[in-house]
Amino acid sequence: MELLSFGNAGWGDELFYATLMTIAVSITAMLIGFLFSIIFTPLKLSNNKFFNLIGNTYTTIIRGVPELLVIYLFFFGGSGAIMYVASIFGYYEYIEINAFITGSCAIGIISGAYSTEVFRGAIQSIDKGQFEACKVLGFKKYIYFLKVIMPQMLRLAIPNLSNVWQITLKDTSLISVTGLVEIMRQSYIAAGSTRDPLFFYSFAAILYLLLTFISMKLINRLEVKYSRGF
Amino acid sequence: MDISLMLTSLPKLLGAAVVTLKLLSLSLFFGIFIGLLFAILRLSKNPFINKFAYGYSYLFRGTPLLVQIFIIYFGLGQVEYFRSTFLWVVFKEPYWCAIIAFALNTGAYTSEILRSAFQTIKPGIIEAGKSLGISNKIIFYKIQIPVAIRQSLPAYGNEIILMMKGTSLASTVTLMDLTGVAKYIISTTFKPIEVFIVAGGIYLFMTFLIHNIIKYLEKKYSFQ
Repeated sequence: MELLSFGNAGWGDELFYATLMTIAVSITAMLIGFLFSIIFTPLKLSNNKFFNLIGNTYTTIIRGVPELLVIYLFFFGGSGAIMYVASIFGYYEYIEINAFITGSCAIGIISGAYSTEVFRGAIQSIDKGQFEACKVLGFKKYIYFLKVIMPQMLRLAIPNLSNVWQITLKDTSLISVTGLVEIMRQSYIAAGSTRDPLFFYSFAAILYLLLTFISMKLINRLEVKYSRGF
Repeated sequence: MDISLMLTSLPKLLGAAVVTLKLLSLSLFFGIFIGLLFAILRLSKNPFINKFAYGYSYLFRGTPLLVQIFIIYFGLGQVEYFRSTFLWVVFKEPYWCAIIAFALNTGAYTSEILRSAFQTIKPGIIEAGKSLGISNKIIFYKIQIPVAIRQSLPAYGNEIILMMKGTSLASTVTLMDLTGVAKYIISTTFKPIEVFIVAGGIYLFMTFLIHNIIKYLEKKYSFQ
């Protein structure tokens, strides 16, 4: 137990900050994922074949390729790509991007593909009459989307989004390969210096279980809130 | 775009894809038995057995696969007693550690898929069996299991694809699978995009194959 004490002797405080880092990366990644799904969901639903193709390519590639490979692409290719863009603007110094940003972007793109699928499914399962009624009543497009489609869509999407959140939370463990100090990385460091991997990896597993358990409870509340009246 | 690098790395990556497929098929093979066992335990009326099976699937579905591999590969080797048993022959190899971790992980997901399939079997099918005087055991093996397997095919297809992506984690315990070799080539040549296209293409091709095989099986074993 003294291994987990706070202060210089134990790993308690380090693991605590690592847990906060995992939460921060997961939330950032989830938000980046939402940004991506806001772009790609309309593309997947559009009647235009070309837009459709773009949307489908994104979700198919991301969902068919291992997360680790995507992370390696970002980790090794990220600063190269930024430097290439910078060189167009006449900046030739070496640029290193922060592991947090690369990590959350990589996980964000992955989680974006999953949430795109969730939103697409949710919108498609809304009754067609709702869309037609809005058109008949002559609502402006953004009002009809925000006030009619969005609330119904969220109700259908939240249970599946909670799955996406779980996947995202677990995927953040893979960022440890890039050296960002989150739960997995911190356990690796602690296991290396105390030669007690069994204890620290089991503790990491418990931390992940706690995180998934607590977030499930919170999401269940949201679910109740959004399904009022059904 | 470095086309020649893509061409020279293709055979190496294809060789590594064989390792990925081996890992996948072995872990699915063991995983399906683990899944079936725990699905049956979940359906048991005994609350202790039921809770145990639920705990197993909760534990393996609630933690990242990476933690599971690390506990099995780095963690178990630390126990002195464990190293003196015959099991150590298996657990000292990263290859078998990875397969054990994958099998336990996919077993947890498979047990959930099969459990829900068992629960959605129409009671009429079982009643028909009973009224024909077939024994409970035969109803279970010859009616419930085949129907459950057919019903869980679409979900199991997704699980196979998820597991194929999961095998990429074998590269973290020194195994040279498709992702491991891809990372090695990237870190020696610093051409991430080219290697990603080739390795990702191979993964996508495998996903495509799995998807179509499952679709074919679904059609072949459909009830209509």
